[in-house]
Amino acid sequence: MISRRAFLLFFGTAPAFAQLPPNISAQRQAALRDAMRKVTGGAAVRTGKVSISIPPLIDNGNTVPISVTVDSPMTEKEHVKAIHIFTEKNPQPYVLSAQLGPRAGRAMVSTRARIADTGQVIAIAQLSDGSFWSDTVSVVVTLSACLEDGLI
Amino acid sequence: MSGRVSVSLPKSAKRGEVIEIRTLASHVMETGFRRTQLGELVPRDIITQFVCTYNGVEVFRAELHPAVAANPLISFTTVATESGTLEFKWVGDNGYSVTESAQLSVS
Repeated sequence: MISRRAFLLFFGTAPAFAQLPPNISAQRQAALRDAMRKVTGGAAVRTGKVSISIPPLIDNGNTVPISVTVDSPMTEKEHVKAIHIFTEKNPQPYVLSAQLGPRAGRAMVSTRARIADTGQVIAIAQLSDGSFWSDTVSVVVTLSACLEDGLI
Repeated sequence: MSGRVSVSLPKSAKRGEVIEIRTLASHVMETGFRRTQLGELVPRDIITQFVCTYNGVEVFRAELHPAVAANPLISFTTVATESGTLEFKWVGDNGYSVTESAQLSVS
Protein backbone atom coordinates (compact mmCIF):
# COMPACT_ATOMS: atom_id res chain seq x y z
CA MET A 1 0.00 0.00 0.00
CA ILE A 2 1.39 3.38 -0.98
CA SER A 3 1.70 5.83 1.86
CA ARG A 4 0.06 9.23 1.74
CA ARG A 5 3.48 10.90 1.95
CA ALA A 6 4.92 8.93 -0.98
CA PHE A 7 1.78 9.56 -3.01
CA LEU A 8 1.99 13.31 -2.51
CA LEU A 9 5.72 13.38 -3.11
CA PHE A 10 5.32 11.61 -6.41
CA PHE A 11 2.13 13.05 -7.85
CA GLY A 12 2.46 16.42 -6.19
CA THR A 13 5.86 17.19 -7.70
CA ALA A 14 5.52 15.54 -11.11
CA PRO A 15 3.45 18.34 -12.68
CA ALA A 16 5.98 20.89 -11.44
CA PHE A 17 8.75 19.07 -13.29
CA ALA A 18 6.59 18.72 -16.39
CA GLN A 19 6.16 22.49 -16.54
CA LEU A 20 9.87 23.26 -16.42
CA PRO A 21 10.95 24.96 -19.65
CA PRO A 22 13.10 22.86 -21.95
CA ASN A 23 16.79 23.37 -21.35
CA ILE A 24 17.39 26.21 -23.78
CA SER A 25 21.08 26.42 -23.03
CA ALA A 26 21.62 22.76 -23.97
CA GLN A 27 19.50 23.19 -27.10
CA ARG A 28 21.64 26.10 -28.23
CA GLN A 29 24.84 24.16 -27.55
CA ALA A 30 23.48 21.36 -29.73
CA ALA A 31 22.47 23.81 -32.47
CA LEU A 32 25.97 25.31 -32.40
CA ARG A 33 27.60 21.89 -32.69
CA ASP A 34 25.29 21.01 -35.59
CA ALA A 35 26.05 24.27 -37.37
CA MET A 36 29.78 23.74 -36.97
CA ARG A 37 29.54 20.16 -38.18
CA LYS A 38 27.62 21.36 -41.26
CA VAL A 39 30.50 23.68 -42.11
CA THR A 40 33.31 21.24 -41.47
CA GLY A 41 31.61 18.05 -42.59
CA GLY A 42 32.93 16.35 -39.48
CA ALA A 43 36.59 17.22 -40.17
CA ALA A 44 38.83 18.10 -37.25
CA VAL A 45 39.02 21.77 -36.35
CA ARG A 46 42.36 22.94 -34.97
CA THR A 47 42.91 25.99 -32.83
CA GLY A 48 45.16 28.67 -34.29
CA LYS A 49 45.78 30.80 -37.39
CA VAL A 50 42.41 32.52 -36.95
CA SER A 51 42.04 35.58 -34.76
CA ILE A 52 38.83 37.32 -33.76
CA SER A 53 38.90 40.96 -32.84
CA ILE A 54 35.88 41.90 -30.73
CA PRO A 55 35.43 44.10 -27.65
CA PRO A 56 35.55 41.79 -24.58
CA LEU A 57 32.92 43.85 -22.76
CA ILE A 58 29.88 44.74 -24.85
CA ASP A 59 27.55 47.49 -23.66
CA ASN A 60 25.05 47.05 -26.45
CA GLY A 61 24.58 43.60 -27.97
CA ASN A 62 22.67 45.03 -30.94
CA THR A 63 25.73 46.20 -32.83
CA VAL A 64 28.97 44.51 -31.97
CA PRO A 65 31.91 45.08 -34.31
CA ILE A 66 33.60 41.78 -35.16
CA SER A 67 36.67 41.40 -37.31
CA VAL A 68 38.19 38.05 -38.23
CA THR A 69 41.63 37.68 -39.76
CA VAL A 70 43.39 34.48 -40.77
CA ASP A 71 47.13 33.99 -41.03
CA SER A 72 47.54 32.93 -44.66
CA PRO A 73 49.71 34.03 -47.62
CA MET A 74 46.56 34.09 -49.81
CA THR A 75 48.27 32.67 -52.87
CA GLU A 76 46.72 30.48 -55.54
CA LYS A 77 48.20 27.40 -53.82
CA GLU A 78 47.53 28.34 -50.24
CA HIS A 79 44.58 30.52 -49.32
CA VAL A 80 41.51 30.78 -47.14
CA LYS A 81 38.35 29.62 -48.86
CA ALA A 82 35.78 30.56 -46.24
CA ILE A 83 35.37 32.23 -42.89
CA HIS A 84 32.36 31.38 -40.73
CA ILE A 85 31.31 33.29 -37.61
CA PHE A 86 29.12 31.73 -34.90
CA THR A 87 27.78 32.76 -31.53
CA GLU A 88 26.93 30.49 -28.64
CA LYS A 89 23.84 32.08 -27.11
CA ASN A 90 21.81 33.43 -30.04
CA PRO A 91 18.59 31.64 -31.09
CA GLN A 92 20.50 30.62 -34.22
CA PRO A 93 24.24 30.07 -34.06
CA TYR A 94 25.03 31.51 -37.51
CA VAL A 95 26.18 35.10 -37.94
CA LEU A 96 27.99 35.39 -41.25
CA SER A 97 29.71 33.09 -43.73
CA ALA A 98 32.16 34.65 -46.15
CA GLN A 99 33.59 32.97 -49.27
CA LEU A 100 36.88 34.38 -50.42
CA GLY A 101 39.89 33.36 -52.45
CA PRO A 102 43.40 34.32 -53.49
CA ARG A 103 42.06 37.56 -55.01
CA ALA A 104 41.20 38.85 -51.54
CA GLY A 105 44.89 39.56 -50.90
CA ARG A 106 44.39 39.36 -47.16
CA ALA A 107 42.18 36.92 -45.29
CA MET A 108 40.01 39.41 -43.47
CA VAL A 109 36.32 40.06 -43.01
CA SER A 110 34.57 42.37 -40.61
CA THR A 111 30.95 43.08 -39.82
CA ARG A 112 28.63 44.10 -37.01
CA ALA A 113 26.69 41.42 -35.19
CA ARG A 114 23.88 41.02 -32.71
CA ILE A 115 24.87 39.05 -29.65
CA ALA A 116 22.12 37.90 -27.33
CA ASP A 117 24.03 37.07 -24.19
CA THR A 118 27.35 36.61 -22.45
CA GLY A 119 29.05 33.65 -24.07
CA GLN A 120 31.44 32.58 -26.76
CA VAL A 121 32.02 33.86 -30.27
CA ILE A 122 33.62 31.34 -32.60
CA ALA A 123 35.23 31.79 -36.01
CA ILE A 124 36.14 28.86 -38.27
CA ALA A 125 38.29 29.22 -41.38
CA GLN A 126 38.44 26.69 -44.18
CA LEU A 127 41.79 26.62 -45.96
CA SER A 128 42.47 25.59 -49.54
CA ASP A 129 44.21 22.41 -48.34
CA GLY A 130 40.96 21.32 -46.69
CA SER A 131 41.98 21.95 -43.10
CA PHE A 132 39.85 23.89 -40.62
CA TRP A 133 41.15 26.32 -38.03
CA SER A 134 39.28 28.21 -35.36
CA ASP A 135 39.42 30.84 -32.66
CA THR A 136 37.07 31.26 -29.72
CA VAL A 137 36.58 34.42 -27.70
CA SER A 138 34.44 34.87 -24.60
CA VAL A 139 32.52 38.12 -24.41
CA VAL A 140 30.43 39.74 -21.69
CA VAL A 141 27.20 41.39 -22.84
CA THR A 142 25.51 43.89 -20.51
CA LEU A 143 22.59 44.92 -22.76
CA SER A 144 21.41 41.98 -24.80
CA ALA A 145 20.17 42.22 -28.38
CA CYS A 146 16.35 42.58 -28.37
CA LEU A 147 15.00 39.25 -27.32
CA GLU A 148 12.15 38.98 -24.91
CA ASP A 149 11.66 35.26 -24.66
CA GLY A 150 13.72 32.56 -23.13
CA LEU A 151 17.29 33.47 -22.41
CA ILE A 152 18.36 30.95 -19.83
CA MET B 1 11.89 46.88 -52.88
CA SER B 2 15.03 48.94 -52.89
CA GLY B 3 17.18 50.54 -50.27
CA ARG B 4 20.09 52.85 -49.87
CA VAL B 5 23.56 51.37 -49.93
CA SER B 6 26.98 52.85 -49.78
CA VAL B 7 30.38 51.53 -50.71
CA SER B 8 33.72 53.02 -49.85
CA LEU B 9 36.98 52.10 -51.53
CA PRO B 10 39.94 54.05 -52.87
CA LYS B 11 39.50 55.64 -56.34
CA SER B 12 42.92 54.50 -57.47
CA ALA B 13 45.52 51.97 -56.44
CA LYS B 14 48.86 50.56 -57.52
CA ARG B 15 48.83 47.23 -59.31
CA GLY B 16 49.01 44.41 -56.79
CA GLU B 17 48.03 46.60 -53.87
CA VAL B 18 45.52 45.17 -51.39
CA ILE B 19 42.59 47.56 -51.00
CA GLU B 20 39.96 47.51 -48.31
CA ILE B 21 36.31 47.81 -49.30
CA ARG B 22 33.62 48.80 -46.80
CA THR B 23 30.00 48.33 -47.71
CA LEU B 24 26.92 49.46 -45.85
CA ALA B 25 23.29 48.72 -46.70
CA SER B 26 20.36 50.48 -45.10
CA HIS B 27 18.14 47.65 -43.89
CA VAL B 28 16.24 46.79 -40.69
CA MET B 29 17.46 43.15 -40.61
CA GLU B 30 14.30 42.08 -38.75
CA THR B 31 15.31 38.85 -37.04
CA GLY B 32 11.99 37.01 -37.01
CA PHE B 33 12.42 36.36 -33.29
CA ARG B 34 10.86 39.56 -31.97
CA ARG B 35 7.24 39.92 -30.95
CA THR B 36 4.83 42.83 -31.10
CA GLN B 37 3.05 44.02 -27.94
CA LEU B 38 0.19 41.70 -28.88
CA GLY B 39 2.56 38.75 -28.85
CA GLU B 40 2.64 38.13 -32.59
CA LEU B 41 5.97 37.27 -34.15
CA VAL B 42 7.33 39.96 -36.44
CA PRO B 43 8.13 38.14 -39.70
CA ARG B 44 11.76 37.80 -40.70
CA ASP B 45 13.04 40.38 -43.18
CA ILE B 46 16.80 40.26 -43.69
CA ILE B 47 19.47 40.51 -46.36
CA THR B 48 20.65 36.97 -47.03
CA GLN B 49 23.34 37.29 -49.69
CA PHE B 50 26.06 39.74 -50.64
CA VAL B 51 28.30 39.34 -53.69
CA CYS B 52 31.15 41.47 -55.01
CA THR B 53 32.40 41.03 -58.57
CA TYR B 54 35.51 42.68 -60.04
CA ASN B 55 35.26 43.11 -63.82
CA GLY B 56 32.73 40.28 -63.86
CA VAL B 57 34.76 37.88 -61.70
CA GLU B 58 33.41 37.06 -58.27
CA VAL B 59 35.96 38.00 -55.60
CA PHE B 60 33.89 37.93 -52.41
CA ARG B 61 30.58 36.47 -51.30
CA ALA B 62 28.87 36.43 -47.92
CA GLU B 63 25.83 34.74 -46.48
CA LEU B 64 24.06 36.80 -43.84
CA HIS B 65 21.90 35.57 -40.98
CA PRO B 66 19.54 37.30 -38.52
CA ALA B 67 22.48 37.80 -36.14
CA VAL B 68 23.96 40.44 -38.41
CA ALA B 69 23.11 43.87 -37.00
CA ALA B 70 20.70 46.29 -38.66
CA ASN B 71 22.22 48.28 -41.53
CA PRO B 72 24.72 45.52 -42.22
CA LEU B 73 28.32 46.53 -42.64
CA ILE B 74 30.60 44.17 -44.50
CA SER B 75 34.23 44.97 -44.92
CA PHE B 76 36.75 42.90 -46.88
CA THR B 77 39.83 43.23 -49.06
CA THR B 78 40.77 42.59 -52.66
CA VAL B 79 43.90 42.85 -54.80
CA ALA B 80 43.85 45.71 -57.31
CA THR B 81 44.63 43.74 -60.48
CA GLU B 82 43.39 46.01 -63.28
CA SER B 83 41.35 49.15 -63.84
CA GLY B 84 37.67 48.48 -64.02
CA THR B 85 34.34 48.20 -62.30
CA LEU B 86 33.48 46.58 -59.02
CA GLU B 87 29.88 45.53 -58.69
CA PHE B 88 28.13 44.89 -55.40
CA LYS B 89 24.85 43.08 -55.01
CA TRP B 90 22.68 42.56 -51.94
CA VAL B 91 19.77 40.10 -52.05
CA GLY B 92 17.27 39.48 -49.29
CA ASP B 93 13.81 38.47 -48.11
CA ASN B 94 10.66 39.92 -49.72
CA GLY B 95 12.36 40.46 -53.04
CA TYR B 96 15.02 42.82 -51.73
CA SER B 97 17.70 43.32 -54.36
CA VAL B 98 20.07 46.27 -54.69
CA THR B 99 23.15 46.70 -56.83
CA GLU B 100 25.86 49.32 -56.68
CA SER B 101 29.03 49.77 -58.67
CA ALA B 102 32.29 51.64 -58.24
CA GLN B 103 35.23 52.44 -60.52
CA LEU B 104 38.79 51.65 -59.61
CA SER B 105 41.75 52.86 -61.64
CA VAL B 106 44.91 50.82 -61.29
CA SER B 107 48.29 52.19 -62.29
